[in-house]
Amino acid sequence: MTMISPAVQLKRLVTLVRTEVLVLPSRVIVAMFVLALLGLPLVSQNPYLIRVIILTSVFAILAASWDLLSGFTGQMNFGHALFFGMGAYTSALLNIHFAIPPWGSVPMGALAAVLTGLIVGIPCLRLRGTYLALTTMAFPIILMGIVFALPDLTGGELGISGLQRLSNSLVGNYYIYVVTMLVLSAVMWKITDSHTGIIFHAIREDELAVRASGINTTRYKLMAFCLSGFFAGISGGMYAHYMRIAGPSTLEVSMSFSVVIWAVFGGLATIYGPIAAVFVLFPFLEFVRFWPEYRTMIFAVVVLLILLYMPEGIVHWARDKMEKECPRCKIRNVATRKSCRVCTALLD
Amino acid sequence: MNILITGLITGSMLALLAIGFSLIFGVARIVNIAHTAFYMIAAYTIYFLSAKLGVSPFWAMLIAVAVVVALGLLAYRFLIDPIREHEAAVLIATIALAMIMQEAMLLIFTGDYLTVSALIQGFFVVGGVKVFHQQVLTFVVVLIILAALWLLLMKTNLGLAIRSTAEDREVANLMGMNESRLAMITMAISVALAGLTGAVIVPLAVVSPFMWMEPLIIMMAVVVLGGLGSIKGSFVAAYILGFTEALVVFLIPKGAFLKGSVALSIMILVLLLRPEGLFGVSFEEER
Repeated sequence: MTMISPAVQLKRLVTLVRTEVLVLPSRVIVAMFVLALLGLPLVSQNPYLIRVIILTSVFAILAASWDLLSGFTGQMNFGHALFFGMGAYTSALLNIHFAIPPWGSVPMGALAAVLTGLIVGIPCLRLRGTYLALTTMAFPIILMGIVFALPDLTGGELGISGLQRLSNSLVGNYYIYVVTMLVLSAVMWKITDSHTGIIFHAIREDELAVRASGINTTRYKLMAFCLSGFFAGISGGMYAHYMRIAGPSTLEVSMSFSVVIWAVFGGLATIYGPIAAVFVLFPFLEFVRFWPEYRTMIFAVVVLLILLYMPEGIVHWARDKMEKECPRCKIRNVATRKSCRVCTALLD
Repeated sequence: MNILITGLITGSMLALLAIGFSLIFGVARIVNIAHTAFYMIAAYTIYFLSAKLGVSPFWAMLIAVAVVVALGLLAYRFLIDPIREHEAAVLIATIALAMIMQEAMLLIFTGDYLTVSALIQGFFVVGGVKVFHQQVLTFVVVLIILAALWLLLMKTNLGLAIRSTAEDREVANLMGMNESRLAMITMAISVALAGLTGAVIVPLAVVSPFMWMEPLIIMMAVVVLGGLGSIKGSFVAAYILGFTEALVVFLIPKGAFLKGSVALSIMILVLLLRPEGLFGVSFEEER
């Protein structure tokens, strides 16, 4: 094997960036977004700003994990708070009672969420469409009832407080959360881009046809439940360790609803859509805290109005405005181009 | 005895809500999360008219139903109808709608718990338990409403149109039924049912901006348990879950926390055995 000199590698990277990233506005935006997130602490270390972005990252993972399950396989899950709360409570209990550091308790919380994904997934696989949506909504409420009924273990309404943080420094915490979010998002995006992801997508479009092609759809749906539970569990555990408390609010119906709102608002079956939506909506919600009594109202009105004009979600809408697809080779181009950048066919 | 009364009242309330919800789902395939929010609006309108303006409770209830129907139609026309092809978007729109209503009520009436006085006072004693006249009245009114609804659906042309659209939208459309007008009418009926539920239950319940959350969940459980689109199913399932809740609250310590959990667990158990609910017909897969 021959070594490639660093200079050649660098040149290849530059070519890659120039030919694959800079040609499409959506990719430029993503690249700039990642760079801005990573560079932010160098510019400002405002604790409030950092806090908002950390929470945004946590919820971005959650929203993307919902998209992985519901957006891609079409298994509408209205009880995503179950995974979130399960991750939060498990890692909190492990951290408090067994003194397991966050590095261990968050993954264990995620595993617990995977387990609940299995337990919930198996009965739910027999249900379809609206039945499934309404049934999944029940699970976090059942768990919440159990939490309230066992106040000695779970702290009842007050929750479990006094958890360790992942890192004690402000910037350290910031990088842990932001980098985790970026890595997990990339992993999720890769999953949906893989063979498995294509099967997920196909299940949503036409389950019968997928089954007729000799694919065990039940197994793939269960896998989607587990994968989604894993990522949601991580975000739940990280949320608990950042807020230093795991309370029943993580299981509320409004939590499940927020996840659905974020994902649909961003655009289903994209992974980056829900993330973009969280990064738009969550800071926006923080921004309108100047009028606390109108906050939820403004949020709801904005969501409603945007949905009226972009029912497919903001990401699809923005992409269609900035780019168009080549009719011949299906590669995306900037909207300003007259001909396709690959096959030079005329764009209409 | 207490269990019986609470069960009957809760069951009746759930039956009315669930039937309204499953009607609009059946005809227009709209999952209306804001359904119970309309019920909350009705409760508040009655409170406002009877306690603040001194309107007699009976008229207050009628006006409340009219207000709710008007609101429901406006919401349908301007918010839901334009995005009806996008199922997920409709879902979010109704969630947002419910949130807006909750916040509006929170702003106007603050978050305090309010009560409305009963239509008729007094009680009688059966088996050592007080039974308020209002409770009897509520139950009887619910039965009358359900009977009227049954007549409407089974004996009139409109009812036939609604049922056939629920069964097969395309064929109903081909048979010359105006699908979008029918959806509008069904929305009105469905919302009116929510309003009526609010009207009959308000003297027995506490009025607060968050009162829509809890019945929403149980109502959905009822609808799923009974089978989507089946009126009879919703009726039976409503009483099953109503009595379960009452039993859990009265017989198990800390039952008030667990009532939702037990009711929902029953729903899940039944679904494991019959994925299409108790009375649901398994639809031909829609593709």
